[in-house]
Amino acid sequence: MSSILVVLIVMPFVVGVATIFLPVGISKILTVMSGATTFALALTLVPAATAHTQIAVGSLLRVDALSVVFLVATAFLYGATAVFAGGYLHLADGPAGTRYGRRFYAGLNLFCWSMVAAPLVNGLALLWVAIEITTVISALLVAIDDTDGATEASWKYVLIASLGLGIALLATIIMYYAGTTVFGSAYDFSYAKLLAGAGRFPPDVVRLAFVLAVLGFGTKMGLVPVHTWLPDAHSEAPTPVSALLSGSLLAISFYAILRYFQIAVRTLGPTFARNVLLIFGLASLLLAALYLLSQRDLKRLLAYSSVEHMGILAIGMSFGAPIAVVGVLLHVLAHAAAKGTAFFGAGSVVRKFATKDMTKIRGGIGALPWSGPMLVAAVLALSAMPPFGMFRSEFLIVSGGLSDPRDTVAAVLVILVTLAFFGLSWFTTQTMLTPDVISVSADGTGVVTPPKGEVSAWIVVAMALGLVALVILGVHPPAQLSQLLNHAARELGALR
Amino acid sequence: MHAVPSTYAGVADVVAVLVLLTEFAMLRAPLLRSQVKLYAFQSLVVSGLAVYVAASRHINELYALALLSFVLKVVLVPGLVLRLLREADVDLAGSSVLGVASMILIALGVSAFGFFTVGSLQVHSIALPTTALAIAAAVVLVAFVLIILRADVVSQAIGFFSLENGVSVASLVVAAGLPLVVEVAFLFDLLVAVVVFGVIMRVHHGRTKSLSTEELDRLKG
Repeated sequence: MSSILVVLIVMPFVVGVATIFLPVGISKILTVMSGATTFALALTLVPAATAHTQIAVGSLLRVDALSVVFLVATAFLYGATAVFAGGYLHLADGPAGTRYGRRFYAGLNLFCWSMVAAPLVNGLALLWVAIEITTVISALLVAIDDTDGATEASWKYVLIASLGLGIALLATIIMYYAGTTVFGSAYDFSYAKLLAGAGRFPPDVVRLAFVLAVLGFGTKMGLVPVHTWLPDAHSEAPTPVSALLSGSLLAISFYAILRYFQIAVRTLGPTFARNVLLIFGLASLLLAALYLLSQRDLKRLLAYSSVEHMGILAIGMSFGAPIAVVGVLLHVLAHAAAKGTAFFGAGSVVRKFATKDMTKIRGGIGALPWSGPMLVAAVLALSAMPPFGMFRSEFLIVSGGLSDPRDTVAAVLVILVTLAFFGLSWFTTQTMLTPDVISVSADGTGVVTPPKGEVSAWIVVAMALGLVALVILGVHPPAQLSQLLNHAARELGALR
Repeated sequence: MHAVPSTYAGVADVVAVLVLLTEFAMLRAPLLRSQVKLYAFQSLVVSGLAVYVAASRHINELYALALLSFVLKVVLVPGLVLRLLREADVDLAGSSVLGVASMILIALGVSAFGFFTVGSLQVHSIALPTTALAIAAAVVLVAFVLIILRADVVSQAIGFFSLENGVSVASLVVAAGLPLVVEVAFLFDLLVAVVVFGVIMRVHHGRTKSLSTEELDRLKG
């Protein structure tokens, strides 16, 4: 079982390095294979993670139920994005196109490698290292299109995210400091050791470390008010990268916060950590819901929807009821699938209409007979409509919130989510469900719907994969997955 | 009860104060080149602290770390940034949002805030000096002031690198026992971050023919 961890951490890296030298056509296939294998291997860890408390290789690699949840989400999106990228990339002929393709595939695989590594490594310090690697690789991927917008977005992203991670590094050091009061000045900084000693850590130090960790990793997770890089990077990056940033990277940062949460509840009791997450979560949800009502850029719309969902995750953790924590973990999986699918659809639309401006996109469902309807379905999934996975997860979160003494928060959550639903569905309906525009209006402005036809079959396949996963999560999650989520919720200190 | 601080705590505190003062000097430096040189000096002081901690607490791995951080932060990083400056042919730092005096006042305010907030943590530890940790927190906050108020990519990048120096001081005084593999991973990460900052600065300069961030205001909403 432990050899799987080694394969998971070696394979994407090797593939990433190999794609620098291989022809782009081969890289395309190799990336799909690597993504599919990573997902399959992550799934094989599910039964083991529920049966044992942890699987470890030496002192560096280790997974438990909580890390497997995030591993599965990341690996799924790795596979789906690899398929999507095959249809999305239109490389220029000649050496320029080849160079772009090689850089793109190397970056994509290495980015996924760093995100797969984050839940696999053991200890807060290595976790920080893995997340910092995700930043530097993804910053280059954001800049890869070499437009003014991409340059601006990547500078903001690398600077703001690095500063956030600087704060997270301080949190890591301070948490280590908290441990020295129990274990002496040199000790092994692993999760098991920290959780075992957490009850005796000095509370003030842990409180400081937790707040710094939420602020620092929250920057990468996109929590308001430290979310400012997110809409820029998501909208200017190539669409496969946007999908990974939104579906996986934000989740991995949330995973880091949960690791601090685990320690903080053992030292301080649940109230403090929950209140911190509640404040950040409410701010994120409120601001995102308002911004969703005034967007014109399709990819920025989806980016703010990510801020909204990260807010829901933080609020869900603040409820603390076991059912809400299970809902939060399910939400991570469902968000990866739904946001991936939505960005794939957006990529198809942007390729077809050659614009991200939603006022210039009309009759999408007519122009794109497959990916159009599937984009509408993905947006409905993001708005937590049944039968998709997010309906189930938000239902669990809200019912957990209603059992909380502060049930007004659950009411506020429902109101803001409805507001966000209005924004998302308004713009999607306008762009996708309107009749085709055949001719330009008299004054020469207006838009013309391009002729009917899909951009690429690969895109359709990738979107179908996401929707199937969402329906499975919504209608009937496999028993082993439910066990995994319960197990992970127990590790987070719920269900005790 | 005020115990007399040990020599170890004294040296740690002095170094931390030096790092903080260098941070203030960066804030007022009008030339980008002098800012980079100040960063190199600050890194030299931090590497010196690593050697001192290694000698006084007999942690041999820290010698390797000190050497690595010297090569990386005193030689390589400043060298790379200076080369970029020579190619860009820009000397003066971009106009900052506020005058130097106001910047220093704000920096004094935030560093006092950081110092007293972290210093008020009531942790009684015999081996580890909490004062140096509080000063390191002040360094981090002043680095933020530098990044927020300076409007050119070089100052912002140097601000981030010096923030990392502040965290290094904290890690040397309170977390010297961190396993070496982790420390090396931190430094390796910094190296990769420097390369990426360099690449993006170069792309930025290539597109706008300046190092100022004033044109980076197209994306909003």
